[in-house]
Amino acid sequence: MTERITKSMAKNIYYGGGTFALLIFIALTFDTVHQIPKRSNEVNMTPSVVAGKKIWEKNDCVGCHTLVGEGAYYAPELKNVFQRRGGADEASFKAYMQGWMAAQPLNEPNRRKMPQFNLTTDEVNNLADFLIWTSEVDANEWPPTIEG
Amino acid sequence: MKYTSQAVAKPYFIFALTLLAGEILFGLLMGIQYIYGDFLFPLIPFNVLRMVHTNLLIVLLLNGFMGATYYLIPEETQRELWSPKLAIITFWIFLAAGVATILGYLFVPYATLTEITFNELLPTMGREFLEQPLPTKVGIVIVALSYIFNVGMTVLKGRKTVITTVLLTGLLGLAVFFLFAFYVPDNLVADKFFWWFTVHLWVEATWELILGAILAFVLIKTTGVDREHIDKWLYLIIAMTMLSGILGTGHHFFYMGAPEYWLWIGSLSSAVEPLPFFLMILFAYTMARERKIQHENEIALTWAKGTAVMGFLGAGVWGFMHTLAPVNMYTHGTQLTAAHGHLSFYGAYVMIVFTVISYAMPILRGRPHGNSKKAQKVELTSFWMLNIGMVGLTLALTVAGITQIMDQRVGTDLVSFMESQASMTGIYTIRLGFGLLVFAGLMTYVYSFFVKEEAK
Repeated sequence: MTERITKSMAKNIYYGGGTFALLIFIALTFDTVHQIPKRSNEVNMTPSVVAGKKIWEKNDCVGCHTLVGEGAYYAPELKNVFQRRGGADEASFKAYMQGWMAAQPLNEPNRRKMPQFNLTTDEVNNLADFLIWTSEVDANEWPPTIEG
Repeated sequence: MKYTSQAVAKPYFIFALTLLAGEILFGLLMGIQYIYGDFLFPLIPFNVLRMVHTNLLIVLLLNGFMGATYYLIPEETQRELWSPKLAIITFWIFLAAGVATILGYLFVPYATLTEITFNELLPTMGREFLEQPLPTKVGIVIVALSYIFNVGMTVLKGRKTVITTVLLTGLLGLAVFFLFAFYVPDNLVADKFFWWFTVHLWVEATWELILGAILAFVLIKTTGVDREHIDKWLYLIIAMTMLSGILGTGHHFFYMGAPEYWLWIGSLSSAVEPLPFFLMILFAYTMARERKIQHENEIALTWAKGTAVMGFLGAGVWGFMHTLAPVNMYTHGTQLTAAHGHLSFYGAYVMIVFTVISYAMPILRGRPHGNSKKAQKVELTSFWMLNIGMVGLTLALTVAGITQIMDQRVGTDLVSFMESQASMTGIYTIRLGFGLLVFAGLMTYVYSFFVKEEAK
């Protein structure tokens, strides 16, 4: 098959095809950026949610957990932890989070360990708000089950 | 060695192999922690081990690419490097920044590290693979710019070939897309969306140009095949890369909040992504078959062919396995992703670094015909140890991923993440075993360079 393709043909496919793909990609990027606020319910993105995201980053939570399926695979997925551990109820999820974060690391021999991050009550609430907000992002019905 | 300035490649190659040893070592530590959760805890928590593991990989590959570039650019442009001194200064800056960053990860709690490195000014830390403190990220930009400038000046003043053009395009893309590492929107979905501009467009677009260029160079040198012929193949491969890889970014946008149309665009484009890697196999084997010279450094050609095959397996086959949206619904965020990540980074990128080192290092050390036959035999052993080790640990991770999916995501009798993981110690032990084989393979590779030349 390659005998029939000349060098200049291959070159044209590269430049033409590459430019074509890039242009479509840029156009779709603009459209996606336009749609993200609605799909992520940006109106509900309170200062506490933003603060929670900063705490998430500052402690490198993604170094063990996945969130919307991205991150490390050492610890559970957290997009739907609000439903899994809080029964989709804000008050009980926040109570759970306060207790959980304070209890780390769990004293169970050889279980994978989560470090103690010494977060304040407010910081844990911010983190909980961030995870609640994330759980409502329209991610095309992912994750498939409650276990994440 | 035709040009004295090619010698600047040597420290880059040595440093790349050193970093690779570190990377594998930290991978082994993580492998142990996967089985014994108390291992090294709380001294080095998992996230720190992982950060060191993945960041070492990125830095070693950039080092390998830089070494390869500095070696091949003088020969391609038929002139000395614009500034060998700048290349050496850049090397030491890169080394110092790299070592300081790793030490920071290991000895400073991450939250403290964000505070003392001015992350508040421009928050960029705490995102997968882009965990580097702000000064390191700025350092990477400076190093990349000075490197591209040096290479660009050399190319401008010298002979322009398809290889130099493709290489420079890849390097420019690498620099441009890294800039997205500095853009961190407050909205997690927007943040993830642009994060992939660096991560995906590096490994599945611009780096493939660099890979193609290095592979073409080594094939020209070891087979003596006509340049026109090689150029056509190179264009064809990177044309398929661009056509599939750019819109293939869409396979990361299925389930993170981006619109539905990515389900179709991502699936269709990335279904084509194995094609450039398949062409690479045809390329390497056709050139080897039609070779005009019998280069005495046979092992370099073996590595080149190996890169094409393993790149196709890791990036092509293991990528395709979970790239269609309905499948990815179940595989997203499982050990299957880790399996694909390991074999594709190794097969495509670590192996091209081995390829260029195996070709260039003997020349840089005054052995224009390659290492001795005896040394090449040792190196061939390391080739198989590394490949079998990587395929083995990839298969183990694949089994782990499938187990995870069956436990957590299929049927009604669901098992929790922690419970499912606890049931997999056997699989993770096998993974660790193959990891040890990979490390032994690397040690054998390094040893092969010190096998004494036979008396003639």
